[in-house]
Amino acid sequence: MTPEHPRHLAEALRRRSWLISAWPWRTLAYLTSTVPISGVLAGGLLVIGAPLLAAVNALLLHGRPPGIALLLFLALGSLFLLALAPIVSFPVAAIERWRLRLVDSRPLPASPWPGLVARYRSAATWREVAYLFWLGGFAPVAYWVFLLLVLLDLGMVTSPWLVGDAGPVVIWRPIETTGEAIPYAIVAVLLLPVLCYLAGLLAAAQAAVARWALAWPVDATALREVARSRTRLVGAYEAERRRIERDLHDGAQPRLTSLTLQLGLARLDVPEDSPAARPLAVAHDQARGLMVMLRQLVHGIRPQSLTDLGLAGAVRELADAATIPVTVHADLHGEMPEIVETTAYFVVSEALGNVDRHARATRAEVRLTRAGGDLVVEVSDNGHGGADPARGTGLTGLADRVAAADGRLLLASPPGGPTLVRVELPCRR
Amino acid sequence: MPAVTRVVLAEDEVLLREGLVALLTRFEFAVCAAVGSAPELLDAAREHEPDLVLTDIRMPPGRRDDGLRAAVALRAERPHLPVVVLSQYVQTGYAAALLDSGDGQRVGYLLKDRVAEVTEFVDTLRRVAAGGTAIDPDVVRQLLHRPRDPLAALSAREREVLALLAEGRSNASIAARLHVSEAAVGKHVGNILLKLDLPPSDDTNRRVLAVLTYLRSDPAG
Repeated sequence: MTPEHPRHLAEALRRRSWLISAWPWRTLAYLTSTVPISGVLAGGLLVIGAPLLAAVNALLLHGRPPGIALLLFLALGSLFLLALAPIVSFPVAAIERWRLRLVDSRPLPASPWPGLVARYRSAATWREVAYLFWLGGFAPVAYWVFLLLVLLDLGMVTSPWLVGDAGPVVIWRPIETTGEAIPYAIVAVLLLPVLCYLAGLLAAAQAAVARWALAWPVDATALREVARSRTRLVGAYEAERRRIERDLHDGAQPRLTSLTLQLGLARLDVPEDSPAARPLAVAHDQARGLMVMLRQLVHGIRPQSLTDLGLAGAVRELADAATIPVTVHADLHGEMPEIVETTAYFVVSEALGNVDRHARATRAEVRLTRAGGDLVVEVSDNGHGGADPARGTGLTGLADRVAAADGRLLLASPPGGPTLVRVELPCRR
Repeated sequence: MPAVTRVVLAEDEVLLREGLVALLTRFEFAVCAAVGSAPELLDAAREHEPDLVLTDIRMPPGRRDDGLRAAVALRAERPHLPVVVLSQYVQTGYAAALLDSGDGQRVGYLLKDRVAEVTEFVDTLRRVAAGGTAIDPDVVRQLLHRPRDPLAALSAREREVLALLAEGRSNASIAARLHVSEAAVGKHVGNILLKLDLPPSDDTNRRVLAVLTYLRSDPAG
């Protein structure tokens, strides 16, 4: 699935509407703005590159060894270039990162100037340097080839007009009359979109190289670490919920029940007309209210039925309590992390709640299956459909809950129904 | 009916157990044994052969449904043994498991909250010991909340009456609760039994069958 708005050129290129979108213009801006940068870098490289080419040429073609002076120049020049590159690459990389936004909306964070020595010792610096050589050495060649193709095509397009005025035009073979030129021109016009796509590919390839070379690898590992710690945190949170639930259920609830019972007994001993009767009755009522409240509270933390009956049993209880007939198919085996069980339970609870409130369905079905390492929960109904996450039908909250367990929520609810909510929760630890 | 109802009580929380013992003693039940775990309950019930077993569901050693399992096991040995289980929350599956045990009568499934209503709670215990059946109003409400085929034919009033029937109440008690005449209740009950295809008889327990049939049916089917 591709998102509504492509985030970068490579994604946009896969769209049919690429040619009529803003992307070709962004591509053009990116390509043309490459030229001066690439040109300057190529100029710098040529200082070393040209004598090097000449020396290699002489050696290979004529068997002449290069002179001492030339070798000395090449050696010193290369050293100088290598020494200079990490410094030059810093502003160039900054410009390139900034320029990359033309064709890629995903931000590429830069690192601040780390100090001269650190600059030479960081691997990321040398990736930037490699990019520098690539931009000054390889990119110009690619651009030249592309430019030649463009010129060739333009030549073909304009050939019917050029023929005659200034003699024959040579494309593949000499063309002398307008009639001969017209098929070429037609082919060339047809090839124009192809050239556009080719330009897109060139820019996308360059952007991919830039992204690879200019991203600081440190950030990637840091993000992985963050995700891992989030999973740990959610796991710890889940364990804590369970502990609180157990404490309340095994500690506070029976004591409160006992207190209420004692108050009830006390009321029997106090005559109706005694001054203590009224406050005692009030205390008794309040304790009873508190019992109900505590029970709901405990249920909200972690449903009792889940603790007692496991996921399949708890879901059957949910189905039993629904106002419409709900069929449950549960095919579960193997251990599941607690967070997966709790999340799955709340998914079913919330989804059945939605069916109750919004769907006007007469039947619903819950399916729990293990697929690979995932627990798949599906809740479907025969209601009128049209469930929209944007309208706050509890689906957004559900999606958040699922995301916290590293899972994903999928929804199919065409107007007229039926509605299917599918949640996939990874069970690996 | 014996003059004194002999009770075996199981509840793992000491304070609540003491409270229940105090309550039972006060209302002239004889507590033969008050224990704190499912195995102890089995032993005590076999030893004392009580007139009523009152037990918590969640108890050691498993802290899950051990109390309920013990009750069901006891009912398998003595199908007529009256049993009342206390649950911290509504769970229709537990209620159905209990009603499936023994002869399906002389059972009670109550939320723990009910012990607060001291006299009503004691009444329920007496009813079950005397051969009645009592399902917590919350459980009944949850079951009747859902329109199911056998109950679809009932009117709202008839459902209300059925809910009270399921709690094991008499016509007089239902009439008082609904502020109608006893004759009107009788008519409603007749209609309910007719609609549920349960011909009326002298045995009052038959009235509860209406709900029992419903509870026993497979929730998924």
